[in-house]
Amino acid sequence: MSTLAIELVRRVRMRQRSRWTAVTAALAVVAVALCCAMLMLGNTIYPVRDVAAVLMGEEVKGAAFAVRTIRLPRMLAGLFAGFAFGVSGYVFQTMLRNPLANPNVIGITAGSSAAAVFCIVVLQAGKGVTSAAAVIAGLLAALVIYGLARGRTFSIGRMILVGIGIQAMCNSAITYLLLIAREHNLPSAVRWLTGSLSGIRMEELSWLIASVLVFTPLIILMSRPLQVLELGEQTAVSLGVRTDRTRLALVVGAVVLSAVATAVTGPIAAVAFLAGPIAVRLAGTARANVIPAGLVGAALVLAADLAGQFAFPVKFPVGILTGIIGAPYLLYLIVRMNRKGEL
Amino acid sequence: MQRGRFYPKTFFPVFLLFLALLVLGAIASVLFGARSLSMQEVLDGLFGAGEGIYEASVVQKRVVRTVFALCCGAALGIAGVLMQAVTRNPLADPAILGVNNGAAFFVVCGISFFQMSTAREYIWFALAGALATAVFVLGIGSMGRGGASPLKLVLAGAATSAALSSLVTAVLIPRLNAMEEFRFWQAGSVGAGTWDSFFLLLPFLLIGLVAAVISAPAMNALALGDETATGLGVKTAFMRYVAALAGVILCGAVTAVAGPIGFVGLLSAHVIRALLGPDVRVLVPMSALAGAVILTVSDVAGRLIGRPGELEVGVLTAFIGAPLLIILAMKAKVRAV
Repeated sequence: MSTLAIELVRRVRMRQRSRWTAVTAALAVVAVALCCAMLMLGNTIYPVRDVAAVLMGEEVKGAAFAVRTIRLPRMLAGLFAGFAFGVSGYVFQTMLRNPLANPNVIGITAGSSAAAVFCIVVLQAGKGVTSAAAVIAGLLAALVIYGLARGRTFSIGRMILVGIGIQAMCNSAITYLLLIAREHNLPSAVRWLTGSLSGIRMEELSWLIASVLVFTPLIILMSRPLQVLELGEQTAVSLGVRTDRTRLALVVGAVVLSAVATAVTGPIAAVAFLAGPIAVRLAGTARANVIPAGLVGAALVLAADLAGQFAFPVKFPVGILTGIIGAPYLLYLIVRMNRKGEL
Repeated sequence: MQRGRFYPKTFFPVFLLFLALLVLGAIASVLFGARSLSMQEVLDGLFGAGEGIYEASVVQKRVVRTVFALCCGAALGIAGVLMQAVTRNPLADPAILGVNNGAAFFVVCGISFFQMSTAREYIWFALAGALATAVFVLGIGSMGRGGASPLKLVLAGAATSAALSSLVTAVLIPRLNAMEEFRFWQAGSVGAGTWDSFFLLLPFLLIGLVAAVISAPAMNALALGDETATGLGVKTAFMRYVAALAGVILCGAVTAVAGPIGFVGLLSAHVIRALLGPDVRVLVPMSALAGAVILTVSDVAGRLIGRPGELEVGVLTAFIGAPLLIILAMKAKVRAV
């Protein structure tokens, strides 16, 4: 071991870190660009100048209403919900060391969604109550799934199977709730079973934005032990990580993020599941990819929503598009894991 | 193969119990609904004493619906047994393997792109969709080491269902009239049953039943493993195809006429297996009976819970069936990943 070797390792690390920084910056630029596109595009296309003026609080004829009451809430919902789904998916996948283990696949989002539907269409509750109920239901679902999957030895495979069962139950409960609330129409069904951004109002967003701003820094603070957890339970313990406490904190953070996002947009399909692997592939593993995963999630949601609004003769809700993109990737992942004998 | 009595001692009590449940379920299915009828009204409606009255037409509609539900339930019960035997997997069910959604996707395409509007026209589409999905999911699920494990199959099925249900919605959203047609089909469940759709289903039910009976002994041997079965002189590959095809035909046909109904086969096959043991020759007829009971009772319950409208029977069976899936998952031998 010479100084040369140390120097080489140091250089590779530095290169990896600068790659991470560059990719994160690029992702942020992409997300911002998509946000601008969301504000500018629509039935009428407004130039940047008009949009900026409206955002600064000026009254621009025509543009003010469209941008302020329709496009801005839609854009913010996409940005923050996408970010929340991305972060929470990444945390679960990293912590459980399995790309299939994320709130979407194991049924936590379905639990939040069922609770949100119950509050909104049956109780006609306010946004705070709805978000709280979604969070509680999400945590409860996580607890139930973990408890049921534990058995003699904990297995992620069993957890996924149990989660799929929970998901089937929650989805049938949602269908029932929509039926008794006489809201059994396709748009609301699509919203609560696959996710959509249309018709979201500004007042609905406060809880989502607040939770993202509070919990993302917390998760970033925990990201060091999270990376160590990725090395396996025993290694983590011997490196001085309090695994139980870390895991609990991370699960709570991730569930809160996905639950508040679900309470606003519905469970936007496959974003939580896609964002993590894409972020890791792009940014490498020099640092924890919490922020890149969130940005990829936001970019996915915004891009899919733009495509859904403008790429086809009719408007598609965002969850349909992400579902169509996500499912083949899920199948590919299953095929690959089968080949390697990991399932 | 050993001759003589192959059914367990408890066979007749269980058989009588399910028969009684079947009769009770059928009676309840005629009596209860958005507007419940008295026994007298039903008898009048059935035997013409009150001909021309509103009640009579209600009774007749409900009789059709009941017969239809019984047949669909029986078909799904048999399909569940066959699929579980073929894949040697306790979690196999048309809904879990995505076969229902495959049939649904093809039906939607038929309605949207080929202007089909009756079950008679799109039943072949539904069968093709069911078959294609089954082949696809079984193909992906049995890749790699160890063949088709429960986890692999369920995951492949869940992913495929997710993709297909997104595609179904994507095809429907631009087409309002197709959406109406499809919603009628999807939400109609057994309520949309007419004598017409009953006679449409009947030949497929019979084909499936015959194939199931023929392949049952081979399925028993298959449960011992492919090699043992071959050693016992069973043409495993051929009989497997027969049974798999029969299972797919049964649930594809039911999906075509009644819309996607899940978990009935899973439930009935497991209930009967728990009561009467794993002999496929017993399972096929008894699971048919149990499936008929489950679907009819769920349909009645859906009508009562959803009053004045009705709750689709598929929603209810999913809600009852999913806990069983969870219990089975807890028991499943899954490698610690």
